[in-house]
Amino acid sequence: MKISQQEVEHVAHLARLHLSREELQTMTGQLDTILSYVAKLDELDTRDVEPTTHALSVTNAFREDAVKPSLTQREALANAPQHNEESFMVPRVL
Amino acid sequence: MDFETVIGLEIHAQVKTESKIFCGCSTAFGSPPNTHTCPVCLGLPGVLPVLNKKVVDCAIKVGLATNAQIRATSQFARKNYFYPDLPKGYQTSQFDKPIIEHGFIDIETQGISRRIGITRIHMEEDAGKLIHDERDPHSFVDLNRTGTPLLEIVSEPDIRSPQEAAAYLKKIHAILRYLDVCDGNMQEGSFRCDANISLRPVGQQELGTRTELKNMNSFRNVQAALEYEQRRQRDLLLESEPVVQQTLLWNPDTGKTESMRGKEDAHDYRYFPCPDLVPVTLTEQWIEQIRVTLPELPDDRRRRFIEVYGLSDYDALLLTESRERADYFEAVVQRFRDAKKVANWVLTELLKEVKGGDIADCQVTPEMLAELLDLIESGAISGKIAKTILSEMLVNGTDAATIVKEKNLLQVSDEDELRLVIRSIIQDNPQQVAEFRGGKQKLLGYFVGQVMQQTKGKANPKLVNDLLTKELAG
Repeated sequence: MKISQQEVEHVAHLARLHLSREELQTMTGQLDTILSYVAKLDELDTRDVEPTTHALSVTNAFREDAVKPSLTQREALANAPQHNEESFMVPRVL
Repeated sequence: MDFETVIGLEIHAQVKTESKIFCGCSTAFGSPPNTHTCPVCLGLPGVLPVLNKKVVDCAIKVGLATNAQIRATSQFARKNYFYPDLPKGYQTSQFDKPIIEHGFIDIETQGISRRIGITRIHMEEDAGKLIHDERDPHSFVDLNRTGTPLLEIVSEPDIRSPQEAAAYLKKIHAILRYLDVCDGNMQEGSFRCDANISLRPVGQQELGTRTELKNMNSFRNVQAALEYEQRRQRDLLLESEPVVQQTLLWNPDTGKTESMRGKEDAHDYRYFPCPDLVPVTLTEQWIEQIRVTLPELPDDRRRRFIEVYGLSDYDALLLTESRERADYFEAVVQRFRDAKKVANWVLTELLKEVKGGDIADCQVTPEMLAELLDLIESGAISGKIAKTILSEMLVNGTDAATIVKEKNLLQVSDEDELRLVIRSIIQDNPQQVAEFRGGKQKLLGYFVGQVMQQTKGKANPKLVNDLLTKELAG
């Protein structure tokens, strides 16, 4: 097994996903299949290969420090499930 | 049992930019909620963040000023966690390839210099602001601050006392202000500090269990919180009770640290390289270009103040603690050459009156202070009167000459005038005169006081002393 049910449970919790017992079993099986498949890459000897984080060879994409117009308050809040015209509202976190 | 305290500090310094780190939204403080946001900092799908070059320049400056290594290639990473002040579900930060590593600064406490290592300095974005209301089952989220550029400065666990922690913090603060990369405002949160503290028996190599302290928004609070926590941990250890590894909030009202309510999960941030931001590669040439722009830093300036102006080590340290203070001092010295006198007036009289405020904001300009010192030097006013005049100058910004004229405060240095005053005092106090002549020398002070009272403090003190001595001799 490449992944245990506990690990799937842990990752689901970190992602705030609530999985039923059945879903947990299904996911564990599917994730295990995927990871086993990807594990094939481990067969390659990559000792002398620098880790690659980007497929492009581009570096140093910058912008100058200049202010551009922002969204209006109304636009910023437009997609919020709940707001009070000026702030996003979420269940109290403290 | 004797314990050794081990402290490491994490500083978050807001970089002084106009716009955010990955988008063009303004970083201005105090605007109405959610008026400085855009699809990039709101974390809407399909957007592409682009790095603000000034943040890189500022990071290089701080790296150079802290004797650190600057990485030729650095990389952003995503730090994943859920919290309502973080719209993307991750903070864009740096992880295994921070732009700056392995620096140090020297600090001084009680005249002893110690070198404190800096593990790393990296670039990252700030989160938004949460507003809570006890009576409301909601929290309110303002994302204006989201994406504000920060430098996180992480020290090695080299700090051995709360005093050293405060000294380190002040030094970093001064360096950032000298470099003009951070406004250093602790109340507005543009300079924040978290601390890790643990105790271990003296001689033990292994570190004890640490606690993390948050919510200390002044130098004094940092020291007070660490002193409290040091005591608390020592008491636990002496009772053979375990120190629980946890995050504690400093409560400045009760003067205690408190366990954070609403426990977070054990952090599992699942860092991975940010695919949206390409690596930053720095050339020697770029770094050199920045190096030549570096201003004189606090340590150098302090040495120069000692050498050039002949100041004491302590005065030089106090004057160079803030760039504004040092600039102010030098501006006065431009006009009034006696540097030691200037240092005295700035450090004792002016700072006392400004009461920890910013010397740059005070009503008395360096030129005005120089003029006041000229008036003392020329004998026009006494040093004592000058202090009263300074207080008044600070209140309404009037210059010294005007106050002297309006209030008729010119020093009385006319011998004849003073002799008349003295003679009448001698006449009115036959008993004291007799005692004085009988050997009670310390009564001289009494007579001086009388003269000062009659002249409303304006008499030239040296002249009064000379004349009194002569007249009393009979």
